[in-house]
Amino acid sequence: MNLALAKNETGRALSDSFAVARDRLPGTGKVAEARSAAFEAYDRVGLPHRRIEDWKYTDLRALMREVLPLAPAPDAAALKRAAAAVKLQAVKETRRLVLVDGVFAPKLSELDGLEKGVAVGTLRGVLESGEAAVQAQLFTLDTANPMIALNTAMMTDGVVIEIANGIVVTQPLHIIHVATGTTPTAMFTRSLLRLGKDAGVTLVESYIAADGAKTYQAHDSLVISIGDNSRLDHVRLVEDSREAVNISSAVITLGAHAHFNTFGMTSGAAVSRYQATIAFAGEGSRVETNGVNLLNGRQHADTTLFMDHAVPHCASREVFRAVADDRAHSVFQGRIIVRPHAQKTDAKMMTRALLLSDEAEADNKPELEIFADDVTCGHGATTGALDESLLFYLRARGLSEKEAQALLIQAFVGEAIESIVNDDLRELAIAAAHRWLEARG
Amino acid sequence: MSLLEVKNLKVRVEDNEILHGLTLTVNPGEVHAIMGPNGSGKSTLSHVIAGKPGYEVTDGEILFKGEDLLEMSPDERAAKGVFLAFQYPVEIPGVATMTFLRTALNAQRKARGESEYSTPDFLKKVREVAKSLNIPQDMLRRGVNVGFSGGEKKRNEILQMALFEPAVCILDEMDSGLDIDALRVAADGVNALRSPDRAMVVITHYQRLLNYIVPDFVHVMSKGRVVKSGGKDLALELEASGYAQFEDAA
Repeated sequence: MNLALAKNETGRALSDSFAVARDRLPGTGKVAEARSAAFEAYDRVGLPHRRIEDWKYTDLRALMREVLPLAPAPDAAALKRAAAAVKLQAVKETRRLVLVDGVFAPKLSELDGLEKGVAVGTLRGVLESGEAAVQAQLFTLDTANPMIALNTAMMTDGVVIEIANGIVVTQPLHIIHVATGTTPTAMFTRSLLRLGKDAGVTLVESYIAADGAKTYQAHDSLVISIGDNSRLDHVRLVEDSREAVNISSAVITLGAHAHFNTFGMTSGAAVSRYQATIAFAGEGSRVETNGVNLLNGRQHADTTLFMDHAVPHCASREVFRAVADDRAHSVFQGRIIVRPHAQKTDAKMMTRALLLSDEAEADNKPELEIFADDVTCGHGATTGALDESLLFYLRARGLSEKEAQALLIQAFVGEAIESIVNDDLRELAIAAAHRWLEARG
Repeated sequence: MSLLEVKNLKVRVEDNEILHGLTLTVNPGEVHAIMGPNGSGKSTLSHVIAGKPGYEVTDGEILFKGEDLLEMSPDERAAKGVFLAFQYPVEIPGVATMTFLRTALNAQRKARGESEYSTPDFLKKVREVAKSLNIPQDMLRRGVNVGFSGGEKKRNEILQMALFEPAVCILDEMDSGLDIDALRVAADGVNALRSPDRAMVVITHYQRLLNYIVPDFVHVMSKGRVVKSGGKDLALELEASGYAQFEDAA
């Protein structure tokens, strides 16, 4: 009864904002129809709540309450503030592709001298006048998930990258999401990476706030297809404002003999959820996912992974490390499905949580559904505090309590960070971890 | 002024009193050996001097250069120049030895208001000391004590001692788990650090170690007290007659 009321209220407020925003949303005809259908799908459910199993630990009705109005397109002042924020994140040797308040910013992006076989466009461009096949791929995300449905309805812009067969791109592509709004608003973005056969690239995603941007919502989604014999390295760093919400979804599909190495770290945002589906569509492929949560205060971060072993002879490794201090709440949900014909699947998942306070919480929900009989699957989970004997050893050597804790926390998350192959990007992740540790005092 | 003065120290762990009024005075340049059977309170003394949590001091005091050591946190004690070589150095996976050494050295220097070491100066210093202790470079790149043998762990303790240049070194059962060759290397490392400004307190169960690190004073501990003090010959005497006589005396 209360739920129905809550739903109607959020629904009505949002229906209005969808109606208002509609003129600004790119695409007509089929695209507009798909948006309306997605909005209806969202509107039937509203914000997901704890009674939906998949959202048991992350009740967005309590944590997010409402969907904020669509952020206005950035003006010159916003772009200037975004540029300053981007500068702080600059990594040498990467190609920056910047989205400011959910809108692609060509002036802040590096589009000159793209390598042969690499094409970069915008979501707006594709939705307005792109090829039907590319448009269709953008709508492959499952709108049964209300937050994906909402994103599908509202997506304004994003980066669309195409890498041709046989092209191995050496320069990492870095999508930077910057929020600049000083009044509470929401951004809705979707990006697409189509990696051809025998190809390779490194994709980095950063979520940051310009100085003064505090309360905002980043609703993002990512669609990736990895061709046969191709390799994608992926690094994702959430350093949003400590009052922000970040809800991101991803669908990654691998062809045969492909390799996907992904690392994600959440040290920012008040509330965040990253939900990714990784689907094996060709045999002989391999996925390594590494994740880190660094949380304190009342931060809430949820990583929900769905590993879909639909074909034989594929391997997946999931390593997740959570550090939670104060009253922070870390959530890891890892679902692995091995479908009936996916023999010789090798899937493993290992999560470890480090609780720095009595009130911190780490929830871990592994779900293994195995329908094939010749497979190797396993999962393990541990939760604990920092080892007192190690802390004393370090303090006896002159480190303060905070310094000793910081060194042990770095060691704890280090194994996951080490999975980043590119030296510059590994340093970027280490720097983000340092920022979190320093802010801790 | 004495470097380290332990006066009538009474310490308990939960409901058990371990030290029952221990007194010990250590001056610069001196090497003191503390001997005694298992359970006599030797390791408790070393832990309380270093500031390990879990011990309750119910009476007495510990002064370091005249300052109240018990009021200081373990890291403050380290920065002031108190060093404990652990009986069982811990393994810290994921923290490279080199990173650990630099972090610790700079933390101590910072606490003393000194400038931090530059990387080249630091590396030069570590390499010099490591070489003298037979510590290969690849050991410094590994996690702190991870996969180290017993001898390597002890040499790593002495490496830190050489690097941090403390005023007082407490060596807790440095000989445990070492074969004779490893013991000799470790003892040579310690002897090289003897100086007129620095004092050492060598805690050991066996006289053997004292053949290599020759003390100026020997104290016998039993049941939480120093029951006899003397020169280096006292250790030989103990080797011959055992601890039983003192257990009765205490």
